[in-house]
Amino acid sequence: MPDAKVVLDRDDVRRTLVRIAHEIVEKTPEPELLALVGIHRRGAFLAARLKDQLDELLGADVPLGDIDIAFYRDDLRSRSGAPVVHASHVDFDVDGRTIVIVDDVLYTGRTVRAAIEALFDYGRPGRIQLAVLADRGHRELPFRPDYVGKNLPTSKQERVNVRVEELDGVDEVAITALEEAVA
Amino acid sequence: MRHLLSIADLTREDIERILDRATAFEQIADREVKKVPALRGRTVLNLFYEASTRTRSSFELAAKRLSADVVNFAASGSSVEKGESLKDTVLTLGAHSPDAIVIRSPHAGAAALVAGWTSAAVINAGDGKHEHPTQALLDVHTLRSKLGGIDGRSIWIVGDIAHSRVARSNILAFRAMGAHVTLVGPPTLMPRDIEALGCDVRYDLDDLRQADVVYALRVQRERMDGKELPSLREYAARYQINGRRLHPRQVLMHPGPVNRGVELSGEVVDSPQAVITMQVRAGVVVRMAVLYELLAGTRLDSPSRMREPQPA
Repeated sequence: MPDAKVVLDRDDVRRTLVRIAHEIVEKTPEPELLALVGIHRRGAFLAARLKDQLDELLGADVPLGDIDIAFYRDDLRSRSGAPVVHASHVDFDVDGRTIVIVDDVLYTGRTVRAAIEALFDYGRPGRIQLAVLADRGHRELPFRPDYVGKNLPTSKQERVNVRVEELDGVDEVAITALEEAVA
Repeated sequence: MRHLLSIADLTREDIERILDRATAFEQIADREVKKVPALRGRTVLNLFYEASTRTRSSFELAAKRLSADVVNFAASGSSVEKGESLKDTVLTLGAHSPDAIVIRSPHAGAAALVAGWTSAAVINAGDGKHEHPTQALLDVHTLRSKLGGIDGRSIWIVGDIAHSRVARSNILAFRAMGAHVTLVGPPTLMPRDIEALGCDVRYDLDDLRQADVVYALRVQRERMDGKELPSLREYAARYQINGRRLHPRQVLMHPGPVNRGVELSGEVVDSPQAVITMQVRAGVVVRMAVLYELLAGTRLDSPSRMREPQPA
């Protein structure tokens, strides 16, 4: 990819996830109520990796789910063509749980809004937290992440690309100018 | 996709995309809130000129699960009985600015006509003896869940082919998805030149064992004039799918409602080979996927406004 500036490489991503896992443990007084929900698609893979870390740290089997927020988007009308959707899997009871929503990049906050709305259709969580690998600013809704991998001050003309091994064959976070990202 | 009028308008990729989405919708039925806001604020108009419980209620449920508003308009007890034409009805109901019109009509081609009079997306829910595309999609969906796929499978459609819009849509859909289709029925209920759709034609069930899937059609007595069949008993003797004819490895389908003791014996309806209730369940998710395909991500230029009536 031309002019891609890698800001987190493979080792950085791994270390960041380990750190976030520790922070989650630290800030969760009742680990038995903890559950992770990843947002499709890359957030779901990151959530699965956090689960492995947390299982080890807590010696428990932390419930893991993933959700697709395509049906909850607020921009369905303005996008051309119906988006690709994936099935959601939330197989545990969310009532009263502390749910950590996991996504790759936090940007406008609209995805998080949709994810929270989706979660409430499964029940009534006790607490919802947000973990992201990169926070690039430019919020349009009042959200603040509880766990951040890296703060990336970017302009709107740039694009933050998160790639994960499971999908893209490589773990990295890179910034590209929008023209290249679109091409 | 703008409308869903005929399976003939769909490619294999279109069918697969719609059915993959239907699969994604399946988990919604297991949740506490069985609804997603995907089509919030959209209006779906059910316009039914023929009796239908299953199709109409399944479209209604599908639209409601997607948070769309539904208006049901049945021909009996409405202005249609007072002599209003289809066109006038569509133009009048257009004042409600529907985003989609689901139409069932006893006349072939009605859905295509309506599509020319409105800017709403039109979904054919059965037009005369022509087509019933959502039935075919839900049948393919059921078979994909049951068998994984239907490439190279042999599907026998048995019964009253001539009066069946289900048969026509299903032949097209099964062929598009790579299956071999064989039609079986009495010569009086077999349309001429139906082989042109790329299927085999037989007049007896002697080699039924070759089929992977047996798709029995309802004997539509209401569409017959008494000359097609000597008697239901004779039909049942030659063409009924019963425990003697159906093999345990075969899958049995029927679009409903079943005439027990005519096209199917009671024992096979209740047998493990029958996937008839799976078909009904698939109806809702597949119709959700169709509504979503047509209504999500439509153009910004106010898709829901009806066009001014065109001079005829």
